This record gives sequence, C-alpha cells and structure tokens, in this order.
Amino acid sequence: MGVRLQNNRLFKLGVSVSAIALIFVASAAQAGQSLLNVSYDPTRELYKAINPAFIAEWKKKSGQDIEIQASHGGSGAQARAVIEGLNADIVTLALAADIDAIATKTGKIPADWQKLHSNNSSPYTSTIIFLVRKGNPKVIKDWDDLAKPGIAVITPNPKTSGGARWNYLAAWGYGLTQFKGDEGRVKDFVAAIYKNTPVLDTGARGSTITFAQRGLGDVLIAWENEAFLALKEFGADKFEIVAPSQSILAEPPVAVVEGNASEKGNTEVAKAYVDFLYSPAAQALIAKNHYRPSLPGFADKEDLQKFPKIELITVDKTFGGWTKAQKKHFADGGIFDEIQKQNSAQ
Amino acid sequence: MSDILISPALKKTSLRLCGATEDSAFARKLLIFVALLFLLLFLFAPLVVVFIEATRKGLPAFLASFHETDALAAIRLTLIVAAISVPANLIFGLAAAWAIAKFSFPGKSLLITLIDLPFSVSPVVSGLVYLLVFGAQGLCGKWFSAQGIQIIFAVPGIVLATIFVTFPFVARELIPLMQEQGTVEEEAALTLGASGLRTFWTVTIPNIKWGLLYGVLLCNARAMGEFGAVSVVSGHVRGLTNTIPLQVEILYNEYNSVAAFAMAVLLASLALVTLGLKTFLEWKYADALSGRSRRH
Repeated sequence: MGVRLQNNRLFKLGVSVSAIALIFVASAAQAGQSLLNVSYDPTRELYKAINPAFIAEWKKKSGQDIEIQASHGGSGAQARAVIEGLNADIVTLALAADIDAIATKTGKIPADWQKLHSNNSSPYTSTIIFLVRKGNPKVIKDWDDLAKPGIAVITPNPKTSGGARWNYLAAWGYGLTQFKGDEGRVKDFVAAIYKNTPVLDTGARGSTITFAQRGLGDVLIAWENEAFLALKEFGADKFEIVAPSQSILAEPPVAVVEGNASEKGNTEVAKAYVDFLYSPAAQALIAKNHYRPSLPGFADKEDLQKFPKIELITVDKTFGGWTKAQKKHFADGGIFDEIQKQNSAQ
Repeated sequence: MSDILISPALKKTSLRLCGATEDSAFARKLLIFVALLFLLLFLFAPLVVVFIEATRKGLPAFLASFHETDALAAIRLTLIVAAISVPANLIFGLAAAWAIAKFSFPGKSLLITLIDLPFSVSPVVSGLVYLLVFGAQGLCGKWFSAQGIQIIFAVPGIVLATIFVTFPFVARELIPLMQEQGTVEEEAALTLGASGLRTFWTVTIPNIKWGLLYGVLLCNARAMGEFGAVSVVSGHVRGLTNTIPLQVEILYNEYNSVAAFAMAVLLASLALVTLGLKTFLEWKYADALSGRSRRH
C-alpha cells in the first residue's frame, strides 16, 4: 500500500506540473499587443536603441502600450523563416533580394514595396570596409592586397549571409574598375580573394567573432557598422579600420509584412514604426550606432565625422539591380559556385 | 577485495594467470595517466573554463545575467518545454515498453527500430522535418494557420521538436528491464484476481520505478539542453521563443560572453545535478536498475 500511495503522489505531482505548464503557455499566448521585427545579424544594438524610443513615441501619439519583439540572424535565413511562417510585422533585412523573396513566395508584402518609403526603403545605409589588427602588420590598404598570397581573409558565406554578398559585390566592383570591365580577369581576382579565406561563417556576426574573439585571419571584410562596433567592444587598441579606395553602397531595406500585420491588427503601428525610422530621433540613433543615416541632417556632426569618405558604386548601376546580381553570382551554379569549385580543385 | 574471497591455492594460480595477461606496473600507471589526462583535457578543463568565463567580471556581473528579462524568459521557456515533453515521453515510453516487453505482436522489432530513430537522425533534420510539415508552406501548416494556430516559431513547435528528440530515452531504458523481468509476476497478480490497473500500479510500477526515474532524468537533461532541432523551429524571437541553449548562442554573438557563460553554467549545473542523481541511483539501486542481471 505504501508504494501505491507514493506512486499516486508522484502521479499527482506530474499532473499538476503539466497543468502549471499549460497555464504558462496560455498566459504567454495572451500577452498584450506586440510587434515583431525580424532583422538581420548586425542590427541587434541598433534596434535595441531604437525600440524604446519608438515605444515612448507611440505611447505619446496613441496612448497605447506596445511591446516590440526582435529576432536576429543571417538575412537569408531570416527571410526563409518569414516565408515558413515566422509571424513578422516588419522585416528589416540586409538586402532587397531577401524581401523580394518573401514578397513573391508569400504575397504578404506588395511587389512594389521598395517604392513605399524614401531612399529605396532604406532608412540607413552602410558600406563595406576592412578591419585589420592594430598597426596593420600585413600592410593592407586596398582590395588588391586581399588577393595576395599569404593573407588570411575573413568573410562570411555569400550563400547564407547578406553581408557576405555585399562583400563579394564590393570586391567584384573594385575588380571591374581595376581591369576596365574584363570579367575574366575580375573573376580570377575575386577567386584569389576567396582562396585566402580559411573559413566562411554563416553570418556577418559569426565572422566578426571569428576575427576578433578567436583571433583568426589578417583582415575582416565587414559592414562598416560592424567594424565600428567591434572597435568599441574590443577596444581601439586591438584593431583598426582600413577604408579601401572604392566600395559599395549597401542599402539594407525595411518593409511592413502587411499580410501578417493586418491579421494581428498591427497595420497602423507597423507603418508608424517604419516611418519612425526616418524621424530625426531615429536618424540620430542610426548615426550613433555607426550606420550612415539616409537623412544626415538629423544626425550629430560628431557621429558623421567618423565615416571615411569612399567612392561608392551601387548595385543598380554596376550590377543592374539585385535580381540580376543574385542570379548571375549567387544562384546555384552561379559565378560564386564556379569560384569555389575552381579554388577547391587547385 | 578479491584477495579475501579467493582461497590461497586458487590465489596462486590466479596471480600467475594475471601475470600472463597483465602489463607491468609501469605500463599500467602510464595507461591510467593517459586516461586521466584525456579526461582532464577534454571533459574537465572545458567545464572549468565555462565557470571561469562566467565569473570573469566578478560574482555580481554573473548574478546580474540572470536578472535580464530575456534570460528569465529563456529559463521559463526551457522549464515549460521540459515540463510538457518529459511527462509526454514518460507516458509514451511506459506504454511502448509495456507493449513491447509484455506482449508479442507482428512488427515488434520495427516498432523498436522506430523508437530508436530520433537517436540516429541528426537533430537539425528533426527540426527541418517539423518545419516542412507544420511550416506555412508545409503540408499541415496551411490548415493550422487558417485556424489561427501557430505551431512553428512558437512554443508548440519547440515542444514538438523536443518531444521528438527525447522520444527514445524512457522507452529505451525500460524495454530491456521489463523484458528481463518477464510477465510472471503480472500473471500471478492477475490469477489472484487483481484488476489490470491494480496489477500495473502494485506490481509493474514498483518493479521498474528506478529504471523509470533514470530514464526520466536522462530525458529531462536532453530536453533542457537540446539545441539543433529547437534552433530550426524557434524563430529566435527574444524573450519569447529562445530556450537557454539558444540564449547562450545569442548572448555570445552579442559580445556578452559573461552572460553567455552564466547561462551555460546554469545548463552545466543542471547536467551535473542530473549526473549526480543518476550516479546516486546507480549506487543505491544497482540491482533494481539492472533488472537482476542486466548490465548497463
């Protein structure tokens, strides 16, 4: 009998634990109005700064309390998650091609999304620069230094990372200028750079950690904002930023996922959130977090001074837009695949 | 120990026999040393590093990591997931082990193989499978989202993935034990007029309770620590769908290594407590656990 009693008690314990768990789940589901911003890797700190400002602004404007949830990861992976049903109200990704993919696969974003907000729907831009170890021991000054033998280059995988695709296109653009449009030589040049990569991380942040924390490589090809953040996190005595002679204008765009937002009754607040990104307050925060504001007039002068002056090409002019660039370079069997095959065969 | 048990005459022969198979004292010491060194380098040192990294900026910073709302939410979610998936697998494991050990039916070995499936499938694949079935583009996902039920990138998806990955633990622990014990005692109880349920509670359960507890402990440890499968179906929404292992990765990627390792310490402590309990059970109830003659 004693055993039986004990077992009964155990059983009751199990039942009550499960009941408590169910209550927890139910209460989690009933949380107040919230907005989900699905973003790419390096914007964690940026949106951590912007979200409280928007919450205060929205409270003042509408009297409502709103909670903002954030999800970060490689841009391509995040787009994939939204396509598979991640309930994003807003997407703020690394490149237009990823938002295009959501628009065509789910129909939850209008096809002309990029025209709905100013500056190609990019409230901030950035560019691609180099981060090297203090004192620049390998004397890396420009893109052609990365192609030299014996230099270890850290950059993420263009197949999974939006930032990596910008890195690749920036290198390609430099090659185009250098070799006056001779694509065969440009390809060899870019292949030489990728031959120097000991690892290809899946996301931009992974690469930064590989370079800065694990101490791998001589140079990190990075988002400008990511490089400044690494300087701040690890100390300016460890690394320095090198601006190449030419780079690319990276426009990370934003869009309201109208299908999800209207279902959750968030259309109005989601639109207000995107508009807020263009407001003076947000633009100042953008510059503080090392992104180039699309409306620099609102930013502090000090924050703007740190950005090096680089000649910037654009995807539209040099590559004929993202759709074309994506297909030619990064699709299966594209030039990047050819380069990888060529490099591993050698 | 063995010296006391063996008679002097036998001892001589056994010593001679030992000498034939045993290496010299030096070789023995060397082997022990190598094994210890290996354990130290590959198991103990990493564990120590986790604790050192977590407390590198002092105890207050370590403790402060647990006061973050995201950290608390991750701990809460991990407990919820374990609290649902462990009882679910306990019931399933018991039922499956009962069916396999006490009855014979066609397709039995197939069922055993199926139970083992989650052990042999990579967790990432397990996650992807659920994504393909319950995702917005998936087979059942469309129907569920039409009903307004979110499975993937929400708590239900994480629970499902965890249940899948921890499926075999309880059943795997019980099947050999129950097979070993056979059906004699249950049959005796039934012939004496006990009902099926009473037989279960008073005969079967007491026989297997320690094995059951052991399986539940292992199941719980894995449920709390699972990364791969959960990562695929989580969506990584802060404070909502991040479990402790996912939170560790996020914090590490945010250059917040103290907080990341603090969470890792929490996970490691859970594992150590589980290990401690497991060792205690093995030590205290070795016979009951081994089902009289079974080794583990």
